[in-house]
Amino acid sequence: MTRHLRVDEPIHDSPLDQMAQGVLGQPLNRLEGPLKVSGRATYAAESRPRGMAYGVLVQAAIPAGKVLGIEDAPGAIAVIQDKRMIRYAAQGLAEEGPKAGPEEVEYMGQAIALVVADSLEAARHAAQNLKIRYDVQDVPVDPTAVVPELPPKKQSSTGDLDKAMQQAPFSVDAVWHTPTHAAAAMEPHAAIAEWDGDSVTIRAGLQMLSSNRKQMADALGIRPKKLRLLAPYVGGGFGSKLGINAEAVAAAIAARELGRPVQVVMTRQQVFDLAHRRSETRQRIRLACDHEGRLTGIGHEALVSNLPGSDFSEPVTQATPFTYAAAHRQIVHAVARIHRSCAGSVRAPGEAVGVTVFECALDELAEAADIDPVALRLRNIPTVEPDTERPFSSHKLAEALHEGAERFNWSERRPPRQRVEGEWFIGMGMATAVRVNQLVEARAKVTLGPDGRAIVETDMTDIGTGTYTILGQIAAEALGLPQERVEVRLGDTDFPPATGSGGSFGAASSGTSVYLACEEVRQQIAKAMGCEAVDLTLQNGLARAGNVEKPLSDVIQSPLVGEGYVEPGKTEKSVRQATWGSHWAEVAVNRWTGEVRVRRMLGLFSCGRILNEKTARSQCLGGMVFGMGIALTEALEHDPRDGHAVTRDLGEYHIPCHADVPHLEVHFVPERDPYVGPLQAKGIGELSICGSGAAILNAIHNACGIRVRDLPATPDKIIAALDP
Amino acid sequence: MDITLDLNGTSHRLDVDPRTTLLDALRHDLGLTGTKKGCDHGQCGACTVLMDGRRINSCLTLACMAEGKEITTIEGIGTPDQLSPLQQQFLDHDGFQCGYCTPGQICSATAMLEEIAAGWPSHASGSLEGPFDLSHAEIAERMSGNLCRCAAYSNIVAAIRQAAKADALHKDAA
Ligand code: FES
Ligand code: FES
Repeated sequence: MTRHLRVDEPIHDSPLDQMAQGVLGQPLNRLEGPLKVSGRATYAAESRPRGMAYGVLVQAAIPAGKVLGIEDAPGAIAVIQDKRMIRYAAQGLAEEGPKAGPEEVEYMGQAIALVVADSLEAARHAAQNLKIRYDVQDVPVDPTAVVPELPPKKQSSTGDLDKAMQQAPFSVDAVWHTPTHAAAAMEPHAAIAEWDGDSVTIRAGLQMLSSNRKQMADALGIRPKKLRLLAPYVGGGFGSKLGINAEAVAAAIAARELGRPVQVVMTRQQVFDLAHRRSETRQRIRLACDHEGRLTGIGHEALVSNLPGSDFSEPVTQATPFTYAAAHRQIVHAVARIHRSCAGSVRAPGEAVGVTVFECALDELAEAADIDPVALRLRNIPTVEPDTERPFSSHKLAEALHEGAERFNWSERRPPRQRVEGEWFIGMGMATAVRVNQLVEARAKVTLGPDGRAIVETDMTDIGTGTYTILGQIAAEALGLPQERVEVRLGDTDFPPATGSGGSFGAASSGTSVYLACEEVRQQIAKAMGCEAVDLTLQNGLARAGNVEKPLSDVIQSPLVGEGYVEPGKTEKSVRQATWGSHWAEVAVNRWTGEVRVRRMLGLFSCGRILNEKTARSQCLGGMVFGMGIALTEALEHDPRDGHAVTRDLGEYHIPCHADVPHLEVHFVPERDPYVGPLQAKGIGELSICGSGAAILNAIHNACGIRVRDLPATPDKIIAALDP
Repeated sequence: MDITLDLNGTSHRLDVDPRTTLLDALRHDLGLTGTKKGCDHGQCGACTVLMDGRRINSCLTLACMAEGKEITTIEGIGTPDQLSPLQQQFLDHDGFQCGYCTPGQICSATAMLEEIAAGWPSHASGSLEGPFDLSHAEIAERMSGNLCRCAAYSNIVAAIRQAAKADALHKDAA
């Protein structure tokens, strides 16, 4: 039986709080941890079916045009150019395969063929020696050189911002630039495809199996039923594995054609070209406030880019309308159609760059109005969502600001250039963290055996997010079992479909479906015990009702099965759902070299119920460091002549390394959100990026008096502005 | 070409293409996929293994160059049921998320602690002569060849420090 819940109403009293096991929320070690630390967890490219051949993708060396012909190279079994091969990855949650037809080139680096050989060495050599003839087309590659589209639905305006700007005693009007960012997950995209008759099994690095299955079936021209996807372990995603990509489609086509399994692994450089990039942005921010620091005007104009016809555009201003109140507001969203690689979701699309820049602007306003940056934020927290006047589902920004200031010793902050240690200027900065929250559809199945062991099954993925562990904890809590008696099986489309990992909705959505499945099982136990489900207590494998207590093995004769299905309902619209927090950073800026060292960082986050404090904290650490990369080091540079990504490896695209990262502190602001279902938990994986870079950039200003508005704040930009 | 690899204490005869890296020989020919490929260019450290006790990038080493050397991979460091003390600390401190960089981090840290014990200084060391303080900065500097996009860095350093501390106590007691 399936227990179904549509979240139409808030659930203030969570049944999970009445349960006795006490395992939910505990900082338990990861269930799959022993496999990971011993190298036994097997990722996408890590199985070896008999007779497997190796494929290497071939990339276009022109910005746009046609492939006229490819000459076979010696050593290859096949050079595959199939009309079904895709030009770029599917966007997250797409229901169909992305645009196919590799003979048309839309950007430099696009996959145009697959070379297959008996070994990787032979395939790579053959791929490097192909002779390819092209018909080259001239296309725009610079976002500022074209007239951008202004999608009408994405513009909005209230009041008269120009007038507010003119009349305000204090204002900021400036332009920021953020470069293209890459997700750069450590596991390169990879797939192994194996056919059995007209059915295919594809093992791949994917975040969202249920929609990936539809995309892949559509791309291959087969029915979804004939396709099984496996992604038991995923070596990081950060958005780059939301949709199917070229390697998996090519592997499946080649495996079919050759009648043997085929493995395709992208090179690191190919990952930079073929995984979705986060669009570069140009952001103009206008802020106006009165003498008390009350915002009277907010303007946020964004220019982003994508390929012609691509429906995704970086939602830079997503959080701007509801983060702070002001009577006069304007949002502008412009999209330049150019031929760089496809843009899509990278961890916290929108807020990662939108909130970061906005919070830098707010710091400039605080300086202009001579108001403490924390006080300025506190003064402008709206009580309801501006414009719509919807209430917030929960809102702990003020708490996160107060507690953060206290913990970080914010009161010790001095004006710029006042703290000097040797050749280093020291400064402190802060920013608000905010990210929209959403619940999505999810299904799960739970089986409880007479031996008191439970199995959780869903096609949800664990991309490092702790999903195995938290789903196990939820089931253990709801069924009254020690954690080690719950087995969690994920990443297989044979299991009930979840929406997957993305948009920070995975834990809360999948977690709720597992909880519902357990409720269904509890109902069956209650029936066997002859009591109502509410009167049933399950703990350590014992079932209790009234004055009867029995081991589960005495109650259950055959396995009990329950399925859970959650879908979003009215609370999606009736309230504004978001997660909140605050970021704090202390940096040292070298007077002579312009080098920035982050000395300490603190993050406070409110994300509803914390399901596992250990894995939740790790998510936050990861996000804060992602933000550090945005502030200081990360830039995927494009060649202005042909648009290709220049810094396309890990030696040139600088993600933060060990030596960049000091000890980081994370705290959770206690919170439950009743509007997201019985779990009362919200998204956690993205909030911690949103604004963390701003805290660092604001700290740089506080250290040495320099505002870097062209991210990242590399030493050359700081030196240029430092007077000796 | 025929080569013999001395791997985790066992000798393996292989017929490999001369172009095969040690990393690909491990992953493709021997099915030892604990050693990861993150970049194939010596830029990420995911492929770190020990060669005669020293950490190397197996993607920058041809398989035939490893003949006659003792190679230890993550599979030789511990098993899920019998983790090494360092692996256990990674687990307890949550020194990983997706786990893809983790075998490299653990192999690297295993050798790094030996380097410190042997008195090799780093850029972060206060002096050229040991003994070195196992500070956050010292460990972070020495581990910087191992990237982690999940950014478990804080936890990794804590895990390594704890393992080193426990080891020192153990040695003192002995
Ligand atoms: S795979 Fe060898 S260093 Fe990255
Ligand atoms: S744990 Fe994911 S890259 Fe390090």
